[in-house]
This record gives sequence, C-alpha cells and structure tokens, in this order.
Amino acid sequence: MASEQRKVAMTGNEAVANALRQIDPDVVAAYPITPQTDIVQYFSQFVSDGQVKTEFVTVESEHSAMSATVGASAAGARAMTATSSQGLALMWEMLHIASSYRLPIVMPVVNRALSGPINIHCDHSDTMGSLTTGWIQIYSESAQEAYDNVIQAVRIAEHPDVLLPVMVCQDGFITSHGIENLEILADEDVKQFVGEYKPSNYLLNIKEPVTFGPLALQDYYTEFKVQQAEAMANAKKVILEVAEEYAKLSGRKYGLFEGYRLDDAERVIVVLSSTAGTTKAVVDELRSKGQKVGLLKPRVIRPFPAEELVDALSGAKAVAVMDRAETFSTQGGQIFTELRAAFYYAKERPLMRNYIFGLGGRDTTTREIHKVFSDLENDLERGHVEKLVTHLDVRE
Amino acid sequence: MTGLKGYKDIPIGGVITEAGNSVQYKTGDWRSMRPDWIPEGCVHCLMCWVFCPEAAIKVENGKMTGIDYDHCKGCGICARECPRKEKALRMVRES
Repeated sequence: MASEQRKVAMTGNEAVANALRQIDPDVVAAYPITPQTDIVQYFSQFVSDGQVKTEFVTVESEHSAMSATVGASAAGARAMTATSSQGLALMWEMLHIASSYRLPIVMPVVNRALSGPINIHCDHSDTMGSLTTGWIQIYSESAQEAYDNVIQAVRIAEHPDVLLPVMVCQDGFITSHGIENLEILADEDVKQFVGEYKPSNYLLNIKEPVTFGPLALQDYYTEFKVQQAEAMANAKKVILEVAEEYAKLSGRKYGLFEGYRLDDAERVIVVLSSTAGTTKAVVDELRSKGQKVGLLKPRVIRPFPAEELVDALSGAKAVAVMDRAETFSTQGGQIFTELRAAFYYAKERPLMRNYIFGLGGRDTTTREIHKVFSDLENDLERGHVEKLVTHLDVRE
Repeated sequence: MTGLKGYKDIPIGGVITEAGNSVQYKTGDWRSMRPDWIPEGCVHCLMCWVFCPEAAIKVENGKMTGIDYDHCKGCGICARECPRKEKALRMVRES
C-alpha cells in the first residue's frame, strides 16, 4: 500500500529534480543550459547534501554529457542527464548512439527554441528535430505530469521488450519555472516502483565480457535497425502497462494521449504540453455555451500512436493540429503531417488544418485558441479548410 | 549474403557477447596487394610476425610457415620490415 503523497508547491524543474532524487540514479552527467539549468542545479545540491548516492559528473559540453551518460549506461549503471535546445542539438550524434546501443537512459528535456535568432523561450523545435533519433518522446502539460512521466520513463526505458532511451519533455519557463501545486510520492514508493536496474549485457560484468559499438555494414546494419523499430513498436503496450501500475500507486492515470471533452466533439484542437491547459479553459467556456468542442493532447509522440489518435478523432468534423515548431517543409508541422498521414486509410476523414504557433515563447492565450476554434467553425460552414498551414498570431 | 543470422537471432544493440570472435570475420578480400613468401630466402627472424597488425603470419615452433590469407589485408608492413626484403617477402598485385 502506497504511503500518503505530499502536496507541494514546486516549479516544473524542481519537480523533475525531485523525481531524479527519488529515483537516485547511479550516474548523472550534465551540463547547464537555460531553461533546464535548475534541474541539475537542484540535483547537484541533493548530491552535496548526501540525499542521493549518485556519481555526479560535471562535463564540458552536452556532447560530453550524453557521451558520459552513454558510457555509464553501457557500463551497467542507471544513468541520466537533462538538457534543452542547443544542448540537445549538440548531443545529436550521441542520441543515435544511445538508442542504437539500446541504452535505457532517461533524459528530461525542457523545450526551448533553437537559435537563431538566439532565443531562450519555449517552442518544440529542439525535440521535434530529434524525432528520428530512436528515442521515445513523452510530453508533459504540467509540473505534475513532468514529475510523473520521469518516474514512469525509467520503467518504460528499462523494460526488456523496449530498452530504448526516453526524453521527457516539458515547456521551457511556462512549466519549468512556473510554480504549481502538485503531489509527490513518498521516496520509498518511488524506490519500489522503479526497482533495481538489472542490465543484461554490460561492460563491467567481467564474468561475461562484451563489446559495445562494433562495426556492422551491409550485412547486419539493417537487422539492428529493425530491432530498434520493433522495440519502438513494443513501447506502446509497455507505456500503457506502466501507466496502469503507476495509476494504482499515484491515483493519476496516463495514456498515449489525453482526450478532454472529446466524446461528442465536432471541432477539436490537437496540441502538446502546456498549451493544452490553455485550450481546456477555452473548451470549458465554449461548452458552457453549448458548442461541441474538445481537445486531444498527445502524450507520446515516439512511438506515434497513429491508430489510437485516428480512433479518438473518428467523430470529429474539423480538427486543428497545433505545432510549436516549423519544419520548413511548407506542408505544416510534424504532428500535423504525421496525423494527417495516419488518416489516409480512414473511412471518415475530418477537415484538418495546421497552425504553427508559440515560436520562441510567443504567448498563446485563450484569445488565440478562440480564434482557432472560430476558424474551424468557418471551415465547417465552408465545407473545406480556408488554409492548410497558418502561422498563428503573426504581424505582417 | 548467405549464412547470416536474422534480426531475431542476434544480440540487441550490436553488442558482441563472444570474446575473440573477430577470427570469424574474414578480411582477406579487402586486399589489393598480397605478400608472397619465398621460404628459401627466409631467415625466420619473425620481424613480419612482430609487425603484422592482423596476426596473419603463421608460425610454428619458432619458424614462419606461411600467411593466413583469410585475414591478411595486404597492408605490406611485413614486406617493408623484412630484412631480407624481396628475397623472402614481396608484394604482388592480386589477380
């Protein structure tokens, strides 16, 4: 039986740092970058105060942070790091090493726009740019979700059917630096939930020596990529199993996505992370006026839950997908492109349009969300979408 | 590509779980030049054995007995280091 949870007021970063404290990983190697800095700053304090047994490695760059985390994980340690924006970009080649070596590293990412121009505020260009690196990606709306997702990520990553690294994303400043009320589990319950990490092949096992990172050319490279793809497909089921178990412990239930007043919704906004919270307020307001509107907030983007999202939107007549990153494909953002493709073989296809919004931290308030719902209403009257891709709230 | 294993039968992540299995990896077909050993000119000083990066010089009872062409990549260091030079080891083009 779980102990009572503690109600606390924390920022998203503080909540995640406390999740790390409770997980007590063997190794954390990290480099500070705004707006992630607090996570490792709080965590280094836990290390200094002897609240964790973690070997904390300060490194000279994010490339080194991920390299050291990869090395520690390959050696057999439960290893973690955290980053944002340019830091994630600098890790890029090592992200592929982590996933292809099948190392269950958990990395909180605080979403921040990529340069240039230099910008420290939230958008999703950093993690959207790493969708092809073989990492599982989980997005969090609030500090509570960021905390809960980090703890669940350990179990997802280390599951023998998965063994893939996981990014747990939250919105820079909006979530990472905003103070919220949340509930945190008892230390003992988290310890029990994540359990002891038992790697199967690892470098410090001198009884069964192994080699990591050998060459595989035309003869075997494909087979290793297929293994990764299969593990990613397996992750969908494991994410739901872990969520089920976590719900029993915490009372908080997670899925591959969250539907908010979705059941009979005709007009739906699909959006990740903190903007989903803003959208919920607008949905409530419009529902009180009798309008059938709803929200679909994807939680997991890798693996992409195509069938589940299509199923959840099967009753919708008009859908606006909101992407917080440009792809420069001219065909819309990443979530839009993938969701629209997922509908290709569906019997019923809603009208679907894309909004690129909130770049570089531009505020997206209830006013902009109202505009999106109103655009969808006009589209329904018109019978087709006015414009496929719209940059929301832009000066001409 | 025959005799290769499927993705379900190989360790995940490209990890090599068996020590010393590089002997199974035949690198001889990388060669464009190959060392040709002339036993009559050889003084068995084993300088070729010392320098060969692939352990492709075969030795028995302290004497050179030949070259392992399954693994020799044809780098030519044996012929370069041989004190007898062309009298004992010379590089010839693979036909």
